[in-house]
Amino acid sequence: MEKHSSSRVSELFGNLGSFIRICIFRVLSMGPIPNHFAFIMDGNRRYAKKENMKKGAGHRAGFLALISILKYCYELGVKYVTIYAFSIHNFKRSPDEVKDLMDLMLEKIEDLLRDESIVNQYGIRVYFIGNLKLLSETVRIAAEKVMTATAKNTNCTLLICVAYTSRDEIVHAVQGSCKNKQEEIQPLSFCKANYDAIEEVEDNKKVNEVIPFGFLESQKDEAGKSQATMASVTCSCLARGVEGGGNKNSMVVRAVRGSYEDKWDNCQAMMENRTGNGVTSSEESENLQGECSIIKLVDIEKQMYMAVAPEPDILIRSSGESRLSNFLLWQTSECQLYSPDALWPEIGLWHLVWAVLNFQRNHAYLEKKKHQL
Amino acid sequence: MQSLHLALPLPFYNTLTPQKHKHFLSPDARTNTRPIHRLLGAKTDIAVKQEETIAVSTGDSPKTEPLPEGLRGELMPRHVAVIMDGNGRWAQLRGQMASMGHQAGARSLLEIVQLSCQWGIKVLSVFAFSCDNWTRPKVEIDFLMSLFESVLKSETDKFVREGIRISVIGDSSRLPQSLQRLINEAEETTRNFSKLHLLVAVSYSGKYDVVNACKSIACQVKDGVIEPEDISESLIEQELETNCSEFPSPDLLIRTSGELRISNFLLWQLAYTELFFAEELWPDFGKTGFIEALTSYQQRQRRYGRRLT
Repeated sequence: MEKHSSSRVSELFGNLGSFIRICIFRVLSMGPIPNHFAFIMDGNRRYAKKENMKKGAGHRAGFLALISILKYCYELGVKYVTIYAFSIHNFKRSPDEVKDLMDLMLEKIEDLLRDESIVNQYGIRVYFIGNLKLLSETVRIAAEKVMTATAKNTNCTLLICVAYTSRDEIVHAVQGSCKNKQEEIQPLSFCKANYDAIEEVEDNKKVNEVIPFGFLESQKDEAGKSQATMASVTCSCLARGVEGGGNKNSMVVRAVRGSYEDKWDNCQAMMENRTGNGVTSSEESENLQGECSIIKLVDIEKQMYMAVAPEPDILIRSSGESRLSNFLLWQTSECQLYSPDALWPEIGLWHLVWAVLNFQRNHAYLEKKKHQL
Repeated sequence: MQSLHLALPLPFYNTLTPQKHKHFLSPDARTNTRPIHRLLGAKTDIAVKQEETIAVSTGDSPKTEPLPEGLRGELMPRHVAVIMDGNGRWAQLRGQMASMGHQAGARSLLEIVQLSCQWGIKVLSVFAFSCDNWTRPKVEIDFLMSLFESVLKSETDKFVREGIRISVIGDSSRLPQSLQRLINEAEETTRNFSKLHLLVAVSYSGKYDVVNACKSIACQVKDGVIEPEDISESLIEQELETNCSEFPSPDLLIRTSGELRISNFLLWQLAYTELFFAEELWPDFGKTGFIEALTSYQQRQRRYGRRLT
């Protein structure tokens, strides 16, 4: 009987707590709400030590705190939440701790697929951000499964950074940009090389057997692809060597060249659209090649793992440490930083409210600065 | 009866700077609350002429400042980075033009340069002018460019005497030709000194630095010198502008004026940098603020993702 009444009282206080929280969120919503929160969940082990918990229990307590924070964020109307779950440098920790963390991660990833999970409750799309090849196969497959299962959710987004460091992300983005540029330049070089070959043949006024210039693959731009792909030239031409009658051969070569010139101009025009350069003549094709290799900010940003979300508005690191630890270095250039003393399992509603209030205080100034740029 | 425990509201204060915290609703939260001291020779001006002499020199022979008690020489950061924020607000508080704030800021900078040199810091990076600052009023920009020129002219000899090497990082193509010439001369004159390396970031942004590094890497890929798979963290680091210094990554970043942002300064290099946010405006930062920042740094535990025990 006593247990029943005490649980009813708990339920009453729980409901009262929810009611107060909703009121607070309503008040906060009168001002601008951050679109994207990022969290560095630091201090789990220190919490376990402080509370005399057994090894590994700190991370589980941290997970419970994470679920609460996610609920608060999505109730408040935050659209994106990014969490720093596991850094590439964390692999250097003791094998036992790494194994515990991987096991916990696998368990919680599989929980996300359950019907009653927070993902289904709030319609969250989940991304796993990082160099997933560094993870064990079981964890990676589970992560990919969750990403596929939640791909159709549109309400809000959760980005879980695992096997991630910001520098690794930038290296990956640069590699991707360079590979793309390389792919753009290669067909262009091939076109030009063949064009030069035709000119040389004509100059020699001697036609031997002319080797087919080969086929270049045609690619169409796919709708919805963020990067334009080269629509390259398809040309096939064959001229047979004829004894004597150089003019006739020249004519043949000229005819081939004529059709090739059209295709070459086509090729250049497509590159022009792609790069926005005003290059039209074949004499400037080398310049065009040089410009193709120049990487721009947008090229790198498109290749970032974090390109699926806008930049964070607030980054919160718990446990009082004031450093980024290789997390979102690129994306936090203008982000508000907040470093409460509380250890991650102790982080709660009030820290979130404080962070939002600070965000609102600086918002007008930051928006003005953005418009100036 | 089961005892109920209600979590009490947590205190409303930002704990990034535990020495000086202010309630966010306090009107002084974003302003300097120290008494306003009248500057010797300062005057309110309505229009700033570029021909006006800008005096910021701290004198020919600075006194030697021993390492303060409480700071340990062996724990000094090798590279300190500073975002010198708050000059405009400092001037506004005194009813003066932003130019006076920048002049006071320059004096503050020279003081920190001296202290860094004397306390064994090897590299000092300062964020003098961001790529984003080009949107400021032309009068202010012109004044800042003149200020840079006058500081270079007046201080280069002192840097030579004290063994300070100066390098300027950023997109110098946007700077006036006269300033570019002075920069080249100062860099050339001080190239071989090693007591302190002063990196002045002018027309700089962290993203610009990384993009430029990537452009030069892309050229190497285009020329077939390297393959995309060969691109690594160390390759990118070699191409960053801070690579001219012995310790390219800061150990400590200080930002003044209470703003809690990096504002696009040294993004790549700040991966494991300890951040210190000071409430004072930059012209007021001085020796006291610097000691606080260094003390805070020396008390921190740096783990780089690993465990220490």
